[in-house]
Amino acid sequence: MIPEIGHLALWLALGLALILGVLPMVGAWRGREDWMTLARPGAYSLAALVTLAFGCLLASFIGNDFSVLYVAENSNSALPIQYRIAGLWGGHEGSLLLWMEMLCLWMVAVARFSRHLPRPLLSRILSVMGLICVGFLLFMLLTSNPFDRLFPVPADGNDLNPLLQDPGMVVHPPMLYMGYVGFSVAFAFAIAALIGGDLDAVWARWTRPWTTVAWLFLTIGIALGSSWAYYELGWGGWWFWDPVENASLMPWLLGTALIHSLAVTEKRGSFKSWTVLLAILAFSFSLLGTFLVRSGVLSSVHAFATDPRRGLFILAFLTVVIGASFALYAWRAPTVGLGARFALISKETALLANNVLFLVAAGAVLLGTLYPLLLDALGLGKISVGPPYFDSVFMPLMAPTIFLMGIGPLARWKEASVPDLARRLRWAAGVTVVAAVLTGWLAGEVHLVATFGLMMAFWIFTSVATDLWERIRPNGGGLAAVRRQLGTLPRSVLGMLVAHLGVAAFCLGVVMVKTYEVESDVRMAVGDTTTVRGYTFKFNGIRNYEGPNYTAAQAQMDITRNGALVTELKPEKRIYRVQQNPMTEAAISPSLSGDLYVSMGEEVDGGAWIIRVYVKPFVDWIWGGCLLMALGGALSVSDRRYRRKQGGVV
Amino acid sequence: MAKWLTFLGLVFGLCVSQTWAKEAAPAADDPVLESRMLHITAELRCLVCQNQTIADSHADLAVDLRRQVREMLQQGQTDQQVVDYMTARYGDFILYRPPFKAITALLWVGPGAMVLCGLGALVLILRRRNQLPDDRFEVDEAEPDEPAKGQPADRV
Amino acid sequence: MKSLRFLIPLGIFLTLVVFLGVGLHRDPREVPSPLIGKPAPAFALTRLDDPAQTVRRDDMLGKVWMLNVWASWCVACREEQPLMVEFARQKLLPIYGLDYKDERPAAMKWLSSFGNPYDVSLFDQEGRVGIDFGVYGVPETFIIDRQGVIRFKQIGPVTPDVIRDTIEPLVRQLNG
Repeated sequence: MIPEIGHLALWLALGLALILGVLPMVGAWRGREDWMTLARPGAYSLAALVTLAFGCLLASFIGNDFSVLYVAENSNSALPIQYRIAGLWGGHEGSLLLWMEMLCLWMVAVARFSRHLPRPLLSRILSVMGLICVGFLLFMLLTSNPFDRLFPVPADGNDLNPLLQDPGMVVHPPMLYMGYVGFSVAFAFAIAALIGGDLDAVWARWTRPWTTVAWLFLTIGIALGSSWAYYELGWGGWWFWDPVENASLMPWLLGTALIHSLAVTEKRGSFKSWTVLLAILAFSFSLLGTFLVRSGVLSSVHAFATDPRRGLFILAFLTVVIGASFALYAWRAPTVGLGARFALISKETALLANNVLFLVAAGAVLLGTLYPLLLDALGLGKISVGPPYFDSVFMPLMAPTIFLMGIGPLARWKEASVPDLARRLRWAAGVTVVAAVLTGWLAGEVHLVATFGLMMAFWIFTSVATDLWERIRPNGGGLAAVRRQLGTLPRSVLGMLVAHLGVAAFCLGVVMVKTYEVESDVRMAVGDTTTVRGYTFKFNGIRNYEGPNYTAAQAQMDITRNGALVTELKPEKRIYRVQQNPMTEAAISPSLSGDLYVSMGEEVDGGAWIIRVYVKPFVDWIWGGCLLMALGGALSVSDRRYRRKQGGVV
Repeated sequence: MAKWLTFLGLVFGLCVSQTWAKEAAPAADDPVLESRMLHITAELRCLVCQNQTIADSHADLAVDLRRQVREMLQQGQTDQQVVDYMTARYGDFILYRPPFKAITALLWVGPGAMVLCGLGALVLILRRRNQLPDDRFEVDEAEPDEPAKGQPADRV
Repeated sequence: MKSLRFLIPLGIFLTLVVFLGVGLHRDPREVPSPLIGKPAPAFALTRLDDPAQTVRRDDMLGKVWMLNVWASWCVACREEQPLMVEFARQKLLPIYGLDYKDERPAAMKWLSSFGNPYDVSLFDQEGRVGIDFGVYGVPETFIIDRQGVIRFKQIGPVTPDVIRDTIEPLVRQLNG
């Protein structure tokens, strides 16, 4: 009964979404107040129906209703409750319902927090979001129904893929989807403004917080995925340039460009057509990602079970949404005003150059991801494009971007002076070089490429420090004056500084771990030790135990340094009973200066085991940096100007 | 005599039966060769688990190919010879780093070309924009507060 | 004409859609063989049913023949076997099996359970000949001509379509 209610709710939602997609939009065009007022209640009702459907599927999972095909494929009665819930988004159909639910949540938020928007604009925005809902609901109802029944009802389910039975995996998809789907808000704002012709600085101010929140969720989602891979997969890799990973990175790059572009449009009224294009692009890449993951066009460990028929539907949906958006852009963008004037050397130009670089970076990732497909489609054979390509292309692209990160915040609006900037940044430049070389030397060896990477990280650190210094000591003055200035720093500035620091921390982590990590593969009998970078790892034997849905062999390891015990680590080898797959659970001892990472290989004769031991310096700075970026975003959004009740001009 | 022998036997037995903690031996028989093998196979795609390298994959074929590479290195073959061996049998698909050929020229040159074109176009467009008459631009409604010399610009 | 540049995003996008559409019909996991048109690698393997006898590549020169890679542990091979047996009845060309990374007893048992279309099965226990042929997923099937050159490779089980549309015409053509 419950699955049928859920199914019916989705059909009703489709009807409502169609109404929401059409009436308020036409109402805004024709000036019909009665149709425009339908927008907000329409959004709320649609969200209620989709949430009902979501609740029904959730109930089926929690209640172990294996007569529902999707539940039988992704769950099991022995599965702990939190993974029964997470199983809802463990497969294709359910993850679509999660996408819909997120879209509705964003729609409700827009409806709720946009009283200050002019009615026609809000109507158009909600209509656009309604139309996107139509697309996804049709997709679900026609090709991917999560409520399909299974007869005869199996005694128990297939179980959730053991790789997904992990707290990280419970949170990772919702965070990612909040980001992907959140870009639909900026998209809707852009389309609505293009249609209505009211594209200006005020529009940018309204759009910006929505975009920043979506971006920060996407940042967290990607960071979670990366850190999950690191501790779950057993060899400490954290980014593989897998097509699905790339599908999340591209919207992130465009979203970052969009945030910066919106800042300029808000402040100076410039870049309007460029900002609108970025808003369309960011969401387009989210949709493109959906296509790549679910259509079978690319092979990936992350891909859902693929079906070309579904792929065709998404492609058609993509073509309509993105094609129409670009067509609208081509038609309306030429009429958008130029904004204020600015010199060739200015903050505006720095931000614009930054945008170009991010766009090229996204383009390069897209090129590498799709190139094998391109050649195959042209009948030119099969090649594969792996991490070596992406690493050699992406890093050099990021270098100028990071260089600009140091300059942009310090440059003046409208017109900046190169000698002035050089003078203000000379301390930062000097410290950068010294610190980079010093760090390399302290770590053991100075490598050329690593030094360059470290310089990038330290350049951001020092330029952020310079910026902060200038802001809190504008006229010299003592501690009291500084404290006062700090208090008056707007949250948006603080957010920018924190987010940029996050990037610096990220760079530092990446360079240190890639250059200075050490691995040791050894054969350990009970009592054996191995020493890596001053840490002595001792194998004390195996403890076997039974988990809730698996059997485990757990190694007992002591780690000492200079004779003193640092920690105990207990890596495991598990066999999950239902699917009979063996899984490795690595044991990690994290710290600010690096991780100690141990994972088990195979058992060999004589009761000994192959054990892999790693020392990974500064690896947690990678995800710490991402968290800082997200924190910076959150600080920005909490700025006073967004908390004003009325929507007047600044 | 018997007591002496028993005593020796006991001592000997004690020595042998005690597990002396020792430094663990590397998992591989020849760590230098192993590291070369892993270096080469880290640039080869596993054809079964296509999103892993042959160095990392647990698939049977990957295990076999690692063994093959080890043997080839032991016979004195160079890294390039090993890679050529693989591409002769499995094609360019097995290479993680796409080779630089006519058909991959766009792939390798693309990003660099995009940057140059993008930044070049940017400069051209901005120059042309600045030559437009003032009436094309919008009025600067909010003049950015002109900071004193040495000051940072106003808030972002 | 300035407005023309605003059409660029649309233009690039539509081109992309065309490629993605074509891509939907391709299999990204399939690895085409670079050995087509090249001589079959040299091999010397014992017969599955008789370890004392060895078959070499050069023994096969002068005839058009089929090499079918199979194994008792391979699930897809079971689906393919009835078709192979049916095809063998036509006696179009000699069919040799390559028993890949298997054990003799299990392999013999498998043949008696699922059918034996092979004139001879060769025993490649270590899989080295398989590697030389670029085998990565069992079953795979090769057609080799009189000069010992590989002319066709099927990755995955053969289907009636492949037999009718590709293999039979090719064999007839190679036989002259």
